Amino acid sequence: MLVLAIDTATPQVAVALGDDGRVRGEIRLVGRRRHAEQLAPAIAYLGEQTRVRLEQLAAVAVGIGPGLFTGLRVGVTTAKVMAQTLRIPVVAVPSPDLVAYPLRHAGRLIAVVLDARRREVFHARYRPVPGGVQRVSDYAVGPAADLVAELEAGADEVLLAGDGVEPNRPQFASLDRAEEAGPEFEVPSATALVELATGRVEREEFTSPWSVQPMYLRASDAELAWGQRR
Amino acid sequence: MVTGAEPPAPVLGIETSCDETAAAVVVDGREVRSSVVSSQVDLHARFGGVVPELASRAHLELIGPVIAEALGEAATELSDLAAVAACRGPGLAGALLVGVSAAKALALVAGLPYIGVNHLEAHLYAAWLEEPDLAPPLAVLVVSGGHTLLVTMEDHGRYRVVGQTVDDAAGEAFDKVARHLGLGYPGGPAIDALARQGDPEAIRFPRAMPGEPDFSFAGLKTAVVNHVRHHPDAAVPDVAASFQAAVIDQLVDKLATAADEADAPTLVLGGGVAANSALRERVATLAAATGRRAFLPAPALCTDNGAMIAGAAWWRWQAFGPTPLDDGVEPTLGLPLAG
Ligand SMILES: [Zn+2]
Repeated sequence: MLVLAIDTATPQVAVALGDDGRVRGEIRLVGRRRHAEQLAPAIAYLGEQTRVRLEQLAAVAVGIGPGLFTGLRVGVTTAKVMAQTLRIPVVAVPSPDLVAYPLRHAGRLIAVVLDARRREVFHARYRPVPGGVQRVSDYAVGPAADLVAELEAGADEVLLAGDGVEPNRPQFASLDRAEEAGPEFEVPSATALVELATGRVEREEFTSPWSVQPMYLRASDAELAWGQRR
Repeated sequence: MVTGAEPPAPVLGIETSCDETAAAVVVDGREVRSSVVSSQVDLHARFGGVVPELASRAHLELIGPVIAEALGEAATELSDLAAVAACRGPGLAGALLVGVSAAKALALVAGLPYIGVNHLEAHLYAAWLEEPDLAPPLAVLVVSGGHTLLVTMEDHGRYRVVGQTVDDAAGEAFDKVARHLGLGYPGGPAIDALARQGDPEAIRFPRAMPGEPDFSFAGLKTAVVNHVRHHPDAAVPDVAASFQAAVIDQLVDKLATAADEADAPTLVLGGGVAANSALRERVATLAAATGRRAFLPAPALCTDNGAMIAGAAWWRWQAFGPTPLDDGVEPTLGLPLAG
């Protein structure tokens, strides 16, 4: 069963192609925020090099954020329209899950922290469970200080992962039972998305292409700003 | 150019640059097989203008159904298409991303060429959708809430931007004045309707930048606001008619000059403001008085739509071939100038 996985919730463009949950190829282009330019060529190249025609796909999986609005529009639109055209389902997975899943053997609480710009972070917490991770908080957006306060209150040993850790390092430094997972766990993993999505397709935990939406978390800020201006 | 031997080429065009989510199938840049426009006007009305983030979110929800409907209405399968096109700019960045990503996704799945289209060029090519034999040179006035552009088209792909606005777009002036007069949003249709009951010569509002090719409407808006403040009992239809006359005088005078200088026998209107009944009459009158043809496309082709994107895409494809998939969006894209 062939699954194409796409995540564009961070400055990274990540695509992977998996067969029965095993990755046949993955492309990661990091940090240039050129989702609109890079995603389609990456998918085309991946298809060519793995000798998979897109008509053979059983599902498209997409990271739905929370994250960069511009990136998400590219990734989610691409997934929706491809799936609609191919008449296959979409598996929508929150992007923080794709940071946490590769850390499932960490043996402690995992706090995923993604840069939300404007001095805020998107965050969610997970505990390792057999075969994966289980989310133990809501997906949230707010100042890093709020997350630090929650983690302090919890008194767990915690592993910090995601591209929101580094810019807020001084705040996280006050946690004495925290460690950083490091650069290889900064962004959502398309390989993780292949694995997670394959199981969900088998369990028919998917959605129709038309109903897939990014997880925005923030009310449309532009809308609020516009309202205040007049 | 295409020879008669080539099979007809249906192109799917997608337009998401502002607040319309639109898709259409057009054959050979001329024959409209379907054109679906899902307007977000109601969504933005309470803000008195287009809110970019809201528009982008709405495009993402609407794009799938709109594409499906355009293909369905045209009774066209993806495999029947020759190419897929989308507007790549100018427009709202987040909104453009949705249309361009959708077009590329379709191109990938179907193995079709992708064509990125300049929105302004598409407005010029909308005329061919109703008038397949239209031939350059043309003088084209594209006026909407987003653009005020006077262009002479010497040949396909060869344009000269003669004039543009130095401040507000013409349609923006309509919206701002309508809001000030309490007429709601969008302002163009409201002022057009009310102006019919008023006297366009009741108040002499300024005609900005006389003798120059560029347009300006900010001063006019201020003049209307000041007039209403000093004459609170002024008849609103007279204010609307006089304001509209000032806008149209400015537009038509410059169009006339541009047509003279380019020796263009045909005048073309485009953009949402081209639906204004008084503007259409004035351009028709100008053409009759100067021995020209006026070409005034139906309002549905003047406002933003997918058919104009599919149409312009076909012409662009003939001349320049497909667009690489690594081409992004350009929110501030202008019109190419004649060399
Ligand atoms: Zn337009």
